Amino acid sequence: MSLFEFLSQYWPRLLSGTGVTVAQFLLGAALTVGLALVFGLMKMSPNRMIKGSAVTYIELFRGTSLLVQLYWIFFVLPLFGVTLEKFTAGWVAIGLNAGAYGAELVRGGIMSVPKGQWEAATAINMSGARRMWRIILPQALVNMLPAWGNLMVEILKGTALVSLISVTDLMFQAKQINASTYMSAQIFGTALVIYYILARFLLTPFMRWLEGFMARKMGRA
Amino acid sequence: MEDFSGFPLEIADENKPMVSFKKVRKAYGSLVVLDDLDLDVAAGEMVSIIGPSGSGKTTVLRMLMTLEQINGGVIYVDGKPLTHMGKDGKLIQANERHLRERRTDIGMCFQHFNLFPHMTAIQNCMEGPVQVLGMSKAEARDRGEELLELVGMADKKDQHPSRLSGGQQQRVAIARALAMRPKVMLFDEVTSALDPEVIGEVTNVIRKLVSEHNLTMLMVTHQMGFARDISDRVCFFYGGKIEEQGKPADLFGNPQRERTQQFLSAVKEAV
Amino acid sequence: MFDWLLKDEWFPKFDWRWDYAWEILPRLLEATLNTLIAAAAGYLIALVLGLVFALAQRSDSRILTFVVREFVEFVRSTPLLLQIFFIFYVGPQFGITLSPWISGMIAIGLHYSCYLSEVYRGGLDSVPKGQWEAATALNMTTMQTYKRLIIPQAIPSAIPGMGNYLVGIFKDTPMLSVIGVAELIHTANSIGSETWRYLEAYTLVGVIFLALSLPAAGLIRAFENLVRRKLGM
Repeated sequence: MSLFEFLSQYWPRLLSGTGVTVAQFLLGAALTVGLALVFGLMKMSPNRMIKGSAVTYIELFRGTSLLVQLYWIFFVLPLFGVTLEKFTAGWVAIGLNAGAYGAELVRGGIMSVPKGQWEAATAINMSGARRMWRIILPQALVNMLPAWGNLMVEILKGTALVSLISVTDLMFQAKQINASTYMSAQIFGTALVIYYILARFLLTPFMRWLEGFMARKMGRA
Repeated sequence: MEDFSGFPLEIADENKPMVSFKKVRKAYGSLVVLDDLDLDVAAGEMVSIIGPSGSGKTTVLRMLMTLEQINGGVIYVDGKPLTHMGKDGKLIQANERHLRERRTDIGMCFQHFNLFPHMTAIQNCMEGPVQVLGMSKAEARDRGEELLELVGMADKKDQHPSRLSGGQQQRVAIARALAMRPKVMLFDEVTSALDPEVIGEVTNVIRKLVSEHNLTMLMVTHQMGFARDISDRVCFFYGGKIEEQGKPADLFGNPQRERTQQFLSAVKEAV
Repeated sequence: MFDWLLKDEWFPKFDWRWDYAWEILPRLLEATLNTLIAAAAGYLIALVLGLVFALAQRSDSRILTFVVREFVEFVRSTPLLLQIFFIFYVGPQFGITLSPWISGMIAIGLHYSCYLSEVYRGGLDSVPKGQWEAATALNMTTMQTYKRLIIPQAIPSAIPGMGNYLVGIFKDTPMLSVIGVAELIHTANSIGSETWRYLEAYTLVGVIFLALSLPAAGLIRAFENLVRRKLGM
């Protein structure tokens, strides 16, 4: 059957799969941002225990692949008494993995804020937390947004792996349809195009807009 | 399509100039950098080009070295057109092959040396002859060593540029350009990026070239004293045109045009 | 001394057996070797193809630049897993049957060649414009200029990126297990399904990955310094 017929027959499944993919992405991205902030700041702490835990987390999750981590969380954690339902295991693994990379981006962003800013904030007697929240982080944020754009695309691509623990995302639907129809070019090609549209025409423009928005808010544009 | 029928296919008289700019024009959008420039340089002549920034001086050299395209007029080197080529008895814009043929006659030294950092001094000098002229490595090495000797850098031939001072690098750059045996040598503000105390190293090498070799040379410079000493002719550029030109003694000693006088007195004050 | 950490109440199903772990290690190590070979082969493809893509994007032909640019963006924006499936399954649909190993290597090579093309482009762009002008002044051809001047100068700054992606390829090889390639994860799964014990297998796999990728950063930096010294830069 032609591509058009193919699409008109299977679009409900593709749509539902895309919905699951987007959900995994949003949840995973949210967790990533949270973990990145926490562990990025922890890694900059003078306290050796705190810094050590951050380094451990970061090196552990950057040194192993998302796939291994996903399997570990879904298959091995239950042996330790922590059983996660597969949908949850998916975005949690993604968040943990990307959070490690994000922590390095946060650290880089903070370090790129000129030393003078820290000193000026101290000179008006700001506390450490307030200084970080109101002065340093906003400037760090603008600096690291471009790199976060790349990380976000990686998160979106990473969601495809959750299909391997049978989460019914776009990748999973594509595999199912392929298994029953063997129209590989049509189904995998369509899935590729959908991911591409999500990444290049939705996600990236949004991140660019966000960069511009933050830059304007910071008086830099 | 511009009509080049007003320009000769070739300049064939006996006393033909080595370099000839005929009604040359260069513009970046609406900004005109060179405006109907006519300039002839005789064989063996040493011409210095001076003037304020934006007057088009560097552009003259860059177009001669085919680093920039011209927007009007024709440039001839050794009687043959450089920027254009003859086809069916008419002149048309030159293609890359023609440019490569004509380019062999011209060599250039840059303000920021542009030595190849991953090669030693002698390797820098050998690169052109071996890769472009097809010389054997042994022959190129001999020629390179000879030239490095000429510029006073023979003992540093196995050093990388990162180990050399600015003056030393520029001298190697001159040797590298000479290795290609060009008929015309271009010097684009070759001392502007150097510390004052090493400028002499480079100007002495250029002096040597003027006195011992019969090269045609064009030099853009801010070193007025040096230009006065060694040039056969000095051209003062202003607004994309030659405002005034003449023998050094005449131009520096007795400038006729007001703009020339203003420029020269401003330069004197700065020293 | 640390026995109290392993008290049964803490880990109801935790039952690590060292003898078993030791038993399965040789199989895992053999799979590691296969994984490394697959990663190396994919990386070699990526190294060469990436350079082709990078140079194509700098060509004078605007059509070529556009087509390659769009293709690279497409591959970079879509999941490697999906690309692996695509290459493995689409072939047979049109009569070309590729073995899992070959499809896997092609997919990984293609995917990473697009990453590497970006790294190369960064390196090529970082070479100062003056070098091009000096090459013109010596009347060198474009190819000579690239080969003798630009690429050698572009490489040192590209090495960290190239090194990171080598580590990345190694970490992505587990994806090949989904089309049946007997790499590390696949072997761990097989071991697990034979004996119903996954704990030791997966943990050892994790350890092997860490053991290989953690020193990598240091090695990459050392290699970069070596290259810089050799090139006199």
